[in-house]
Amino acid sequence: MRAGQPAVVVLDYGSGNLRSAMRALARVGADVTVTADPDAALDADGLVVPGVGAFAACMAGLRAVGGDKLIAQRLAAGHPVLGICVGMQVLFASGVEHGLLTEGCGLLPGTVEQLEAGVLPHMGWNTVSPPAGTSLFAGIGPDERFYFVHSYALRYAHAGLLRDSGALITWTTHGEPFAAAVEDGALAATQFHPEKSGDAGAALLSNWLERIR
Amino acid sequence: MTVAVRVIPCLDVDAGRVVKGINFTSLRDAGDPVELAAIYDAEGADELTFLDITASSGGRETTYDVVRRTAEQVFIPLTVGGGVRSEDDIDRLLRAGADKVSLNTAAIARPDLLAEAARRFGSQCVVLSVDARRFTGVSAAGAAPPPSGFEVTTHGGRRGTGIDAVGWARRGAELGAGEILLNSMDADGTKAGFDLELIRAVRRAVTVPVIASGGAGEVAHFAPAVDAGADAVLAASVFHFGTLRIGEVKDALRAAGRPVR
Repeated sequence: MRAGQPAVVVLDYGSGNLRSAMRALARVGADVTVTADPDAALDADGLVVPGVGAFAACMAGLRAVGGDKLIAQRLAAGHPVLGICVGMQVLFASGVEHGLLTEGCGLLPGTVEQLEAGVLPHMGWNTVSPPAGTSLFAGIGPDERFYFVHSYALRYAHAGLLRDSGALITWTTHGEPFAAAVEDGALAATQFHPEKSGDAGAALLSNWLERIR
Repeated sequence: MTVAVRVIPCLDVDAGRVVKGINFTSLRDAGDPVELAAIYDAEGADELTFLDITASSGGRETTYDVVRRTAEQVFIPLTVGGGVRSEDDIDRLLRAGADKVSLNTAAIARPDLLAEAARRFGSQCVVLSVDARRFTGVSAAGAAPPPSGFEVTTHGGRRGTGIDAVGWARRGAELGAGEILLNSMDADGTKAGFDLELIRAVRRAVTVPVIASGGAGEVAHFAPAVDAGADAVLAASVFHFGTLRIGEVKDALRAAGRPVR
C-alpha cells in the first residue's frame, strides 16, 4: 500500500464486474485489492461489496465466503462498507424474486422487491434526489445522472422501517420511487453503479474515499 | 427523475481493429477501438457497443484484449456481441470487463442459451440482438410469412430464417434476455431513418428495454425512434465517420423534449 492511499478491498465472491469496480476506485486514488480473504477484508480502510444478477445467488455466494459476517463485523466496529447494486440489496433484511423470499444480511430494514414500471429492467442514466447531510453526493449537482441496471429495489411504498431508522436515503423514480442510495454511519450503498457512471460516479467514489481515510 | 434516452455508438471490431461496412459488406478499416471508445466516452456516449466481426478464432483472442483495455479506461457500460456462442464465451467477456453480452445467431440456433445465460449471469447482462427484415416473400424453404411482417435474418441480413422477428423478441425476453437490440436490416446503411414500424411492433411485444439500430443518418432521425418506443438509440457509421456527433444527437433529443444525460 502506498502512503496516503486508502486501502480498499473489493470483495470477490463470484459476482459483479470486479475489474470495473477496481479500476474506478483506483482512478480516484484508492489502493485496491480484489479478494475474498477475510483478514484483508476486515483490515481494509474500506470494503466494497459488488453484485449483479439474482438476489438469492448473490446471497448464497456471499455466505459461501463468509461475506455476510465480514460485513456485519466491519459495521459493528464502525469500519466503512460500500454496497453496489445487488451488493446494496443483500444488505437489507430480505429480497423477493419470482415469488421466492431470500433472507439478506439484515443490516438495513426492509424487503427488496420488483419495481412496478412499464419497462424493466430500469436500465440507463437517471438523476437522484439526495437528502440534506449526504456526504456521498456532496458537491454533485442535481442534474448529474448515474447508471442503473436492475429490476428490484427498496420501494418507497414499503420503506417505512428504513425511513424510521434515521438512515439518509437518496430517492429516485422509475415507475415508482425507490431507494437509489443509503448512508447509515459506516454503511453506504448505491442501487446504481458508480463504477460505470462516468465522472459523476468518480465524484461519488471520491467522496466515499474521503470518508474512509 | 426519468431515465435518460441512451445514445450508443457501435464499433465493429475485426481482429482488434475498428471497421464499419455499409450494409455489413464493404468493410473499411479505421482505427484503434480503445482510442475511439475513449473519444466517444468524452463526447457523452451513454454506453458503448462492440460488435466483434472477427471470423478466425485466433483473431477473436484480440477481442478479449480490446475489451480488457477498454474497460480499464472507459467508465461507462460496455456491451460486446458478435460470435458469442456459449456460456463460456459470455463468462470470458464479462471477466474481461464487458457489462453486457449480446447474443444473436447462437440464440436462434438454441434459444435455451438465453435462459441459461440469464440464470447464470443475470438478465441484466443478456442482450438479444435481432436482425429483422421486412418479409419479401422469399424466405427459408417452405416457411409461412411471419405474422408481424418482419422476419429474423442471419448472415448480415442475407439469410431469412422464417422466424417472426417480433415473436422472437417476445420469446427472447420471456426466456431471460434483459434487453433487445433491434437491428433493421432494411434501414441499415440507408441513412434514411429508423424503421419506426418495426420499433413500434417490438415495443408492444416486450417490456424490457429496446435499443433501436439501423438507418440513422441525421439528428432529426433519433427522436422519432424514441417516440416509437425505443429506450436507446444505436448507430455506427454516422458516428464513426463523423457525419454526426454524439453531442448533436443529444441536443436534438433534448430540443425534442426527451431526457438525455
